[in-house]
Amino acid sequence: MKYLHLVWAALFRRKTRTFFTIASVLAAFLLFGLLDSVRTAFSQASESVAGANRILTMSKISFTMSLPQSLLPRIQAVPGVKEVAFANWFGGVYQDPKNFFPNEAVSENFFSVYSDFVVPPEQLAAFKSTRTGAIVGEALAQKYGWKIGDKIPLQATIFPQKDGSNAWTFDLVGIYRVADPKDRNNEQAMFFNWKYFDEARQFGNGAIGWYIEKVDDPANADRIANAIDAISANSDHETKTQSENAFTRSFVSQFADVGLIVAGIMSAVFFTLILLTGNTMAQAVRERIPELAILKTLGFSNPGVLALVLAESVLLVLLGGLAGIALAAVVVPAMSVHAGGLLPDSVRPNTWALGIGLMLAIGLVVGVLPALRGMHLKIVDALAGR
Amino acid sequence: MSALVEIRNLSKVYTRGKQKIEVLHHIDLDIAKGDFLALMGPSGSGKTTLLNLIGGLDTPSQGSLSVGGQRIDSLGEGALAKWRSEHVGFVFQFYNLLPMLTAQKNVELPLLLTKLSAAQRKQNAAIALKLVDLADRATHKPTELSGGQQQRVAIARAIVSDPDLLVCDEPTGDLDRQSAQQVLELLQMLNRDHGKTIIMVTHDPKAAEFARHTLHLDKGTLVEQAAQA
Repeated sequence: MKYLHLVWAALFRRKTRTFFTIASVLAAFLLFGLLDSVRTAFSQASESVAGANRILTMSKISFTMSLPQSLLPRIQAVPGVKEVAFANWFGGVYQDPKNFFPNEAVSENFFSVYSDFVVPPEQLAAFKSTRTGAIVGEALAQKYGWKIGDKIPLQATIFPQKDGSNAWTFDLVGIYRVADPKDRNNEQAMFFNWKYFDEARQFGNGAIGWYIEKVDDPANADRIANAIDAISANSDHETKTQSENAFTRSFVSQFADVGLIVAGIMSAVFFTLILLTGNTMAQAVRERIPELAILKTLGFSNPGVLALVLAESVLLVLLGGLAGIALAAVVVPAMSVHAGGLLPDSVRPNTWALGIGLMLAIGLVVGVLPALRGMHLKIVDALAGR
Repeated sequence: MSALVEIRNLSKVYTRGKQKIEVLHHIDLDIAKGDFLALMGPSGSGKTTLLNLIGGLDTPSQGSLSVGGQRIDSLGEGALAKWRSEHVGFVFQFYNLLPMLTAQKNVELPLLLTKLSAAQRKQNAAIALKLVDLADRATHKPTELSGGQQQRVAIARAIVSDPDLLVCDEPTGDLDRQSAQQVLELLQMLNRDHGKTIIMVTHDPKAAEFARHTLHLDKGTLVEQAAQA
């Protein structure tokens, strides 16, 4: 620590240049903070512990193909299945197509299978007794200012009503919260009664989008999934049953390989950053050769000079990088509100940790050549300006 | 007086491309402890090279060089750096202060290599600055000081770790007559009152008059030795 003032003073010897370099690093790490938060949100979506005892059954051909309702009692009869719920994707739009949020028609016992979605008992009772009742996530309700008793109009994009109208109106009877606060992005959905949906829709009546099975033991999930798929084997509605996490992963991968995209963008950004910061450090050390020679004259060792220059480059990247991720930590929650659950409500610790690791690595990479130059300089040549 | 610096058969050869240039030829020299020696000679005579060798900034090509009884010609780079930090203070023509640090922090620099606490470093630097009569300029950066003041800060930096030996390369070469006079009087006081052994390279005969002895170098060889009254 006693050398910190020396490193700090060297870093700000050329204030304007240092300021612009820090600003570049800040911009790069702001982008990193945002993109890695998206990547984290997508990857964590498929790692829910709460979903470990749930498996999902859907058409083997496509997620969009329906399954017959007649499968329900046969699935319920499979040993190890504790409870079965089902759902249909509705795909309704609230006011404007930009207001995307998941909305699904679900069976009455849906919240019993999804026990991690906590609904007060009286609201759950109201959901079951109200034909047009709907329950939304707390984050979604906050976003649109909804409260219990409100009527929520959705414009159907797939399922018109029997009279041909696309206007569906639901009564908000409950608001669910997720049990684990870090999963708040799961509070962006709306669920309503499948019975009402099935009776009122123009086509596809009696068909189920997918089944959700609660199993007695996650260890038995594979055996149970195979038993469920065997029910429909060689029929015109063969099924594919998989864990909820695997389902989410395959659902997310329909959007894109987010991890690969983020890695690609950040590689390009950091490569440019290394060139830019490396140039700054090389220039800074070139200008300070006589000063480094003086430090060596006074008795600073070669490794000591190497460490000072490396510390300077690491500090340069840390200052910009930490500011960048801190700014991302301010921006991400603000964006999360408008991102329909695609962004977490904060920059997660793993993003901070990865970011700091990258800062240290980039700082060392950009500093190593100038530091070696400082370390190997010959005092008499440097003092003589050679 | 016993010899602080003992030089025997010292030669230094530089290689510039394919050319070998012998800058110092078989020098034999003793410098007594507590001496104030002026090294004079024309440009290229080897004065600065000899000073750099004595100060441990460079290593000889041949011969032996002992300072305070320790052979420094055979020390490795790391050991030589440590030896310099403990035994030698340096004063250069262009002061060579770090421009981004205050006078106080510049003077503290050599103490960073010691085990002194921050408070002790600050206190010692303050004493050194007081000795060169710049206590009131401790918080000033080099650009806020005159040339003479900067050189006095450099002298404070040279003496702050209480070395036996001060090597000064043209310490008045960039100063006006009045500032040069102050710097030379300061060096003389450090030699006289504090027992510092000083070796000073200079072109200026008036500066050399402040020394106890003057040595002349020409083409890498000692040609004359004179003692001041």
